[in-house]
Amino acid sequence: MEVWASQLFNGLSLSSILLLTALGLALSFGLMNVINLAHGEFIMIGAYTTYALQQVAAHYTGDPQSGITFLIAIPVSFIMAAAAGYLVEVSVIRFLYRRPLDTLLATWGVGLFLQQLARSIFGAPNVQVVAPAWLSGTVSVTSGLLLPMKRIFIIGLVLACLGALYLYMYRSNEGRRMRGVMQNREMASSLGVSTRRVDSFTFALGSGLAGVAGCALTLIGPIGPSLGTFYIVDAFIVVILGGLGQIPGTIMAALIIGMLNTVFEFGTTAVVGKVLVFAMVILFLQWKPAGLMRARGR
Amino acid sequence: MISRLSLPNAVKGLPLPSWLGDVASVWLAPILVLAALVAAPLLLSDFRVALLGKFLTFAILAMSLNLIWGYAGMLSLGHGVFFGLGGYAMAMFLKLESAGGKLPDFMFWSGLTELPFFWAPFQYAWIAIPMTFVVPAALAGGLGYLVFRSRITGVYFALITQALALIVSILFIGQQPYTGGTNGITNYTTIFGFAINSPTTQIVLYYATLATLALTYLLCAWLIASRFGRLLVAMRDDENRVRFSGYNPAALKTIVFALSAGIAGVAGALFTPQVGIISPTMMGIVPSIEIAIWVAVGGRGVLLGAIVGAILVNGAKSGLSESFPAIWQYFLGLLFIGAVLVFPSGIMGLLRGEGWRRPEWLAADRLPGFAARVLPGVKR
Repeated sequence: MEVWASQLFNGLSLSSILLLTALGLALSFGLMNVINLAHGEFIMIGAYTTYALQQVAAHYTGDPQSGITFLIAIPVSFIMAAAAGYLVEVSVIRFLYRRPLDTLLATWGVGLFLQQLARSIFGAPNVQVVAPAWLSGTVSVTSGLLLPMKRIFIIGLVLACLGALYLYMYRSNEGRRMRGVMQNREMASSLGVSTRRVDSFTFALGSGLAGVAGCALTLIGPIGPSLGTFYIVDAFIVVILGGLGQIPGTIMAALIIGMLNTVFEFGTTAVVGKVLVFAMVILFLQWKPAGLMRARGR
Repeated sequence: MISRLSLPNAVKGLPLPSWLGDVASVWLAPILVLAALVAAPLLLSDFRVALLGKFLTFAILAMSLNLIWGYAGMLSLGHGVFFGLGGYAMAMFLKLESAGGKLPDFMFWSGLTELPFFWAPFQYAWIAIPMTFVVPAALAGGLGYLVFRSRITGVYFALITQALALIVSILFIGQQPYTGGTNGITNYTTIFGFAINSPTTQIVLYYATLATLALTYLLCAWLIASRFGRLLVAMRDDENRVRFSGYNPAALKTIVFALSAGIAGVAGALFTPQVGIISPTMMGIVPSIEIAIWVAVGGRGVLLGAIVGAILVNGAKSGLSESFPAIWQYFLGLLFIGAVLVFPSGIMGLLRGEGWRRPEWLAADRLPGFAARVLPGVKR
């Protein structure tokens, strides 16, 4: 029983990272029909920002485990990844709207470029971020069930991001414009919304969320230049399963895939687990080709 | 549909019958390329020939992707898998021949005591060689049937095939006793009784590859000129119209996807004996998407483009990546961006005088039917 509970908990924390990654993809797809294969590299940027910040802090304070540095790293990762996303949007992606297959190839090129940039700056071997002391412990729920503090923190962080995203999308003027463009680009444009501005802001926002995911990933394991590639395919499976551009669908799909991965891994091996999840998604699409949620037709 | 190069005016001025001019304009470029490739072993060192032989297998692979991407509009990001499956089928045959009735070395190291049942048939060339086509074609046919039946097209198809590349490569890495794991299958000694590393064998393999390339070219040219080929192009340009005209796009797509995968498998089968190894690094996400850049650089929807692109990009790669690996990675990244933004019709497009324009079917505001149905606020 306790083993199962702890497995489910691990599944939940895996789902939450997948969700953070997939949200940015769902946003940029839903809004601009852009498939961003460089999204994984924004995760990588977030992770390396955390690493670099810690190196700098350790140099000045002599304490690599400083808890404050990590808390500061979260918004800084967001800003760095969002800035990189904004640059990519204005320099490459805006020429490719509504040509999803082309954006797929071009963003892969952007990804290769960014990976090599990371390799040139930080070196090819993986590096390790030291988790702050207050995140290293465990919380015991019952006598046999110990939950690692890090995983709890990640789930909390993702919930906070979701809450912030909700407030942004549904309670701010900027978010209202974004939803308007998502629903009807021409109409929004003719009512005076600058769709160009909305596009690049949304892309930057999605990239920033990936940066936060990267920051969270440093708690789980070592990071390297090709860190993002591991997560990007799973994230795309989440987006496809959830229904393209559908935020609630994406959330549900992330939960389902994360849980299934963990359950299958527990029953078999990690590899067989992945194969089973892939097969189940293909079969599910036979039944509902548009994914879990589909946009209402007009 | 077949590549048409404009002839030099000198040729046009000659008093030749018009049909000869037509034949020349269609076949001149392919014949020139073929002649150069036939003559290459006479001019190059053994090392360069081996390298070129490898590139020719890539050219066949690129042609198989061009068939479905350039003509039928389906971008597969999993073609490395089909190439790899063909390569593995050939490797199983070669490994069993080299082992001479004993258990292959890597199985012994992994603790197997007898040959797995699915390995046994591959000791016969008459089973193993057809299997290099059949296994990838069957996988593509099965996956394609499920995917196309639910009308999944465009980027969704691309992403699903990319997931396939990830999954098959980790599956092969994980099954060490049966597939050789990360190291793959290597150390072959003979092929049909001939020493595999001898220069003569390698030259024979080179010409076998060239012959396969020429045959694949003819097959594709015939297919594209046929009614089937016209349907492929029609599907690329407007799938619904093809459906409403009474055809079944799912069936057509499944057939061409399976055929393309089979051709990719044959390319893999020719790759293995020439390079001497097949491993999961040939099947993953990264090698699979690189095939797309060969096709895009050469020219999508031009048969010869795939061959030119595969040879040029790989030539540049082996030239640059050995001495300046970092520069190669930046260059490759820029190549992906450039192939989409700057020269979308590829080298063949430039040669045919299309300049820097985008081919009509790649023009903006064209969306796969699935996306148009699912996404709000998007017009077709």
